[in-house]
Amino acid sequence: MEDRTRVKQAGWRAATYAGIGLFTLFSAMPFYVMLITAFKRESDLYDPQNNPFWFTEPPTMANLDLLFGNTKFLTWLFNSFLIGALVVVITLVLVIPAAYSLARLAGRWGETLGIGIFLTYLVPPTLLFLPFAKVMAALGLQNSVWALIVAYPTFTVPFCTWLMLGFFKAIPRDIEEQAMIDGYGRLGAFIHAVLPLAIPGILTVIVFAFTLSTSEFIYALAFVQNSVEKTVSIGVPTELVRGDVFRWGSLLAGALLASIPVSILYTLFIDQFVAGLTALAK
Amino acid sequence: MATGVLEKYGARQRLLDSDRLLAAILIAPAIIYIVALMGVPFVLSIYYSLSDVTTGGTDAPFVGLANFRALIGDPTFLQTLYNTFLVSGMTLLIVLVLGTIQAELLLRSFRGKWLVRFLILLPWTAPVSLSVIGWLWMFDSIFSPIDWSLRQAGLLGHPGALLGPATNLYWLGSGGLPMASIILVNVWRILPLGTVIVLAGLNSIPREVQEQALVDGAGYFRRLFQVNLPMMLPIFGIAVLFTFVFTFADMVVIYILTRGGPANSTHVLTTLAFFTGVQGGSLGQGAAIALFMFPVLAALSAIILMLIRRREV
Repeated sequence: MEDRTRVKQAGWRAATYAGIGLFTLFSAMPFYVMLITAFKRESDLYDPQNNPFWFTEPPTMANLDLLFGNTKFLTWLFNSFLIGALVVVITLVLVIPAAYSLARLAGRWGETLGIGIFLTYLVPPTLLFLPFAKVMAALGLQNSVWALIVAYPTFTVPFCTWLMLGFFKAIPRDIEEQAMIDGYGRLGAFIHAVLPLAIPGILTVIVFAFTLSTSEFIYALAFVQNSVEKTVSIGVPTELVRGDVFRWGSLLAGALLASIPVSILYTLFIDQFVAGLTALAK
Repeated sequence: MATGVLEKYGARQRLLDSDRLLAAILIAPAIIYIVALMGVPFVLSIYYSLSDVTTGGTDAPFVGLANFRALIGDPTFLQTLYNTFLVSGMTLLIVLVLGTIQAELLLRSFRGKWLVRFLILLPWTAPVSLSVIGWLWMFDSIFSPIDWSLRQAGLLGHPGALLGPATNLYWLGSGGLPMASIILVNVWRILPLGTVIVLAGLNSIPREVQEQALVDGAGYFRRLFQVNLPMMLPIFGIAVLFTFVFTFADMVVIYILTRGGPANSTHVLTTLAFFTGVQGGSLGQGAAIALFMFPVLAALSAIILMLIRRREV
């Protein structure tokens, strides 16, 4: 009897590891191949007999040298970072007061309006990019990082307002009422009593405004053609692939290098992201 | 005494009034920003779809429904419409099934969970335009690592092999394989999102309910179908909504993998709108194609929101 349970447990554990292993392989394989290919010599890479998952010839730094030395990769990284940082600032300035207002001051229609704002997050950039490009041209922003800095808050603000609304609602009202009894005004109570408790929410907003901006593709592709103004998410796929000439080593190295920091940030805060989405069902 | 109460009432009323004013002032910038920058392009896109505007031209002659009529009669467009629903429908179905399995697995305890979590989430957390380049290499017509593995396993590349004697499968080449590859990459990308949403749902089921079901002698499938799934219906609604919307409105996967080719056979609404409007310069026609997404997205969002919120009341 005991043996049978033990066998059953061992089987259960084996099934768990096998299942997890398969799913992990499926998710991570392209990234692993990117990593290996980034350090492969061309002669190694372009031989269909060679193992694509390991080195047949010794690894090389040539692809990375080419990426950093002969392409605008660093410029694109800088553009992405600059756009991300400024979008974070605009998002925080718009979102914190809006979410606080919806959570505390707006009363019953705060929740409804919050859902309304969140729903605009479901309006995809692919629906709007054609006329939006004309609007950017009319504002004199075409072909510049500023077009993206202005455009990206249209999706970071709806999503982050909804996230922040959840954080503010979780802070007890007593805290600011106590602060107001202690002599602070509405604003003072907000700054001294509420904001310090909302720091996890603010961090979440910073991370998502940044990662959503750096991952964006469609607006960047439609608004920016000048290669020094491109972000890394369009620079790598459009500038390193020219017609039929693929520089696979550098291409995959660039794609992997730019992905990892964004992925780490995103993974650290994914629970907040999911909590935001699932809050719709509450 | 009475005046005191009145005064107190008046002060509270004033505070409430000032709160309402403050509420409006605080929320106005966000709403104005969104309405101006999304509303204007949205109205413009409706206007474009009814006109013959081009990238170079300055005037936009009104043409009524001509753009839409031309689309309905265009075989490429009908193929595109079919592809759009095929890709998002199949992706949704596969993600729901695999996501539930993956979520069940992740609930169990095992070593190295943080690393597994990071790796399993990678397809969703990495910028899609960069990660799909990895798949472009996986699907390469000569050097595809998948084909290499199949050749090593003896399934490809010799006479009598299960997948044929050719050395390569040409994943993005012709026939049904390019669409299958596109669905595969979409599943790969959205699966982590589906999984973490379902996982959040599973975690939200009270432990007592699970234990009671076990005590009552319910088996695994009984618990899955009669306890877990019904309790998770609202969360499944969320998973359906986001999986569908994010696949339906995506253009990056196809833009990177096939650019709608070969011979326009793998376009979806978004890529066709892009190539017609930006590359082809027919803004009117492009806007009309993109607008076909709107009723679907609006209706789906409305239905699912109604369903998941009604359960609460």
